[in-house]
Amino acid sequence: MTEQTKTGFFGEFGGQFVPDQVKEALNQVAAAYNQFKDDPQFQQELAYYLKDYSGRPTPLYFAESLTKYLKGAKIYLKREDLNHLGAHKLNNVLGQILLAKRMGKNKVIAETGAGQHGVATAAAAAKFGMECEIFMGAEDVERQKLNVFRMNLLGAKVHAVHTGNGTLKNAVDAAFSYFSQHLADTYYVLGSAVGPYPYPMMVKDFQSVISREAKKQILKKEGRLPDAVIACVGGGSNAIGAFAEFISDPQVRLIGAEAAGKGVDTPENAATMTNGKIGISDGMRSYVLQDDQGNILPAYSISAGLDYPGVGPEHSYLKDAKRAEYYPITDQEAVAAFVLLSKTEGIIPALESSHAVAQAVKIVPKMDPKQIVIINISGRGDKDVSQVARYLGRKI
Amino acid sequence: MTNNKPATTLTNAFKKSSKTFIGFLTAGDPTFEKSVKQILALAEAGTDIIEIGIPFSDPVADGPVIQAADLRAFAAEITTDKVFELVAAVRQKSQVPLAFLVYLNNVFKYGYEKFFKRCAKLQVGGLIIPDLPFEERAEVLPFAQKYGVALIPLVAPTSGQRIPSVVKDATGFVYAVSSMGVTGVRDQINTDLAKMVAEIHQATDVPVAIGFGIHTPQQAARVAQVADGVIVGSAIVKIIAQNKQQTLTELKKYATAMKKALSSRLNKSK
Repeated sequence: MTEQTKTGFFGEFGGQFVPDQVKEALNQVAAAYNQFKDDPQFQQELAYYLKDYSGRPTPLYFAESLTKYLKGAKIYLKREDLNHLGAHKLNNVLGQILLAKRMGKNKVIAETGAGQHGVATAAAAAKFGMECEIFMGAEDVERQKLNVFRMNLLGAKVHAVHTGNGTLKNAVDAAFSYFSQHLADTYYVLGSAVGPYPYPMMVKDFQSVISREAKKQILKKEGRLPDAVIACVGGGSNAIGAFAEFISDPQVRLIGAEAAGKGVDTPENAATMTNGKIGISDGMRSYVLQDDQGNILPAYSISAGLDYPGVGPEHSYLKDAKRAEYYPITDQEAVAAFVLLSKTEGIIPALESSHAVAQAVKIVPKMDPKQIVIINISGRGDKDVSQVARYLGRKI
Repeated sequence: MTNNKPATTLTNAFKKSSKTFIGFLTAGDPTFEKSVKQILALAEAGTDIIEIGIPFSDPVADGPVIQAADLRAFAAEITTDKVFELVAAVRQKSQVPLAFLVYLNNVFKYGYEKFFKRCAKLQVGGLIIPDLPFEERAEVLPFAQKYGVALIPLVAPTSGQRIPSVVKDATGFVYAVSSMGVTGVRDQINTDLAKMVAEIHQATDVPVAIGFGIHTPQQAARVAQVADGVIVGSAIVKIIAQNKQQTLTELKKYATAMKKALSSRLNKSK
C-alpha cells in the first residue's frame, strides 16, 4: 500500500528539503541505516535491548471495564506506557543509538519539546556510555524544569535555544545546525517520524515493533485482526508504529487522533490534518499549519507532545490515499478521556494518548460488540497530573 | 535565449575590474518605504547586486540577526505581494541587479509559475532558496528555465564530491557558503575557501561569490582574493536594526568601504 515513489518520498510527500550543509550529514545517516536495517546482528542486538532494557513486549490488554462502560466494540489497549521511561519513545531511541554506535559516533544529540524524547535519549546515551547534548527551546526549558533535571541527572547537557519563540521547532533547527557542524563525532537522534529522509522511514521502522507485537497478540487472543487501530498523532511516530503492520490489511481501519486544542475553529490548535495545507517545512513536504503566505503557524495543545504544526509525511500520504482517517480531539475531550481511563481501568494515560482514548469514546459505542478496537496507549500520564489538576481547577 | 533574460543581469554584475559586492537586506525591515530607500542607497554606493530576503517564519539557514529582521518585517505586515511591489518601487529608480533569498514554502504557496513570472517581469535575476538542494530542484526548474530566472546554488564546506552536481547547470552565480551553521558575523573563517572555489570553478563557468560571516572590509578583501565576489548580510542588517536617523548614510558609507576594499590591488587573482 505505502509506496516509496522515489527515495525518501511517500507519493508526493517527504523528501529532503534542507540546506546543502545538512545534506552530507543526512546522506551518512541514510547510508548507515540502509546498511544495518536488515543486518541480523543489528536486529538481534536491538531485540535484546528492547526486551531486557525496555521491557518489551508490552502487553495487549483487554480493557474490560472500559468496554462495558462504552457498550460497543471490544477494546484492547496496547500498553506502550509500560516501556522503560513510560512511553514508546525508547523504541526509536534504542534503534538510533545502536546505529550511531555502528557508525563509530561517541556523541548523540536530540531535540525535545516537553522533554520525553530528551529523557529517553539521555537515558540510552547514559546506558551506552555516550556523550549527550539535548536542544530544547528556552520557553520549554522553563516550563519543563523536572525533565531538564532528569536529563541532567542522566548525564546530558541541555542547551536552551533562544531563537524564535523558544519551542520545539527552534530546538529542531538548532539540533540540525549543530549536527551539520559536528558530523565527525556526532549523531542526531530525531524523535518523531518527521523531517528529511531518512528519518521518517527510519523512525517508522523502529516504532513498527508496536504493531508487529499487537498483530501477533490480537491473533492469539481473538484469532482475527482488529476492526480499528486508534493512535494519537503529533509528528506521528507512535501512530505510524501502531499502523505499520496493518496498512496492508484493508479491513483494519487506521484512525489518528490529532490535537484540536481549544477547538479547530480557534487559532489555538494543532489539528494539522483538519486545518493544514500541503507545504514544505522541516525538510519535508507534508500537511502543515500555515498562513496564506506560506509562513508556518504556531501550534497549540494541552499536550506538549502533540503541539506540532506539521505531521509525518507518511501520514499525509495515508490521508490522501484514504487509507487512514484523522480526527481532531479538543483539550476538553482529551482531559475527560484521561479521567475516564484512570477511573475505569486504573491506568493513567499520557495526555497525548488520551486523545486516542477520546476518539475511541466517540466511535466505540456505535460499533458492534463483536468488533474489536485497539487503542495505542503511547505513554503514561504521571508527567501530566499537575497540568490536568490545574485544568480541572484542583489545587495539589 | 536572449541576452536580456534576468539571470544574465547577475552574471554581468561580475564582469568588472573589481570584485563584486553583494549586499543583503530583508524586505520590509523595518518598513516598506525604508526598505526601498535602503536598497537605493546601497545601489547608489556601488553595491553590485542586492539580495532581498523575503521574510519567513522558519528561516533555517539564518542566524539571530536575520531572524530578528524577519520579525521586524512581519511586524510591518510584509507579504510576498508587497515584496514584489517593493521591487517595483525600486525599479522605478534603479536597474541594480537583484536576487531574492526566499524559502521554498513561500514560493510554493504563492504559486511557482506566478512567482517566477513576476520575478522575470521585474528583472529579479535569481533566487537563492536555502532549503532546495539540487536533488529536489525539479520542483521549480521548469519555471526557472521558462522565465530565465537563475536558481543560485549554495555550496557548503561539506559539499565536497557533491559540488559538480550542485553547480551543474548553474546560472547567475554560485553562492559559496564560507562556514558551517547559519548566517551571521564571524571573526574567523576556517574553511579552505581557495580549494572550495577552485572545485566550483572546475565544474562551472558562472562566477562564485562567498558569503556567511563576512563583515569587515579587511575580511572581504582577503576572501575576494580567491573568489569573484563577496556577500554580506548580517553586517548590513545590523546597521538597519539600529534604525537611526542616519541609517542611509551609514549604509552608503559601509557599501563604499566594502567596494573600495574589493577594488584594491590585492584582488588580482583572476
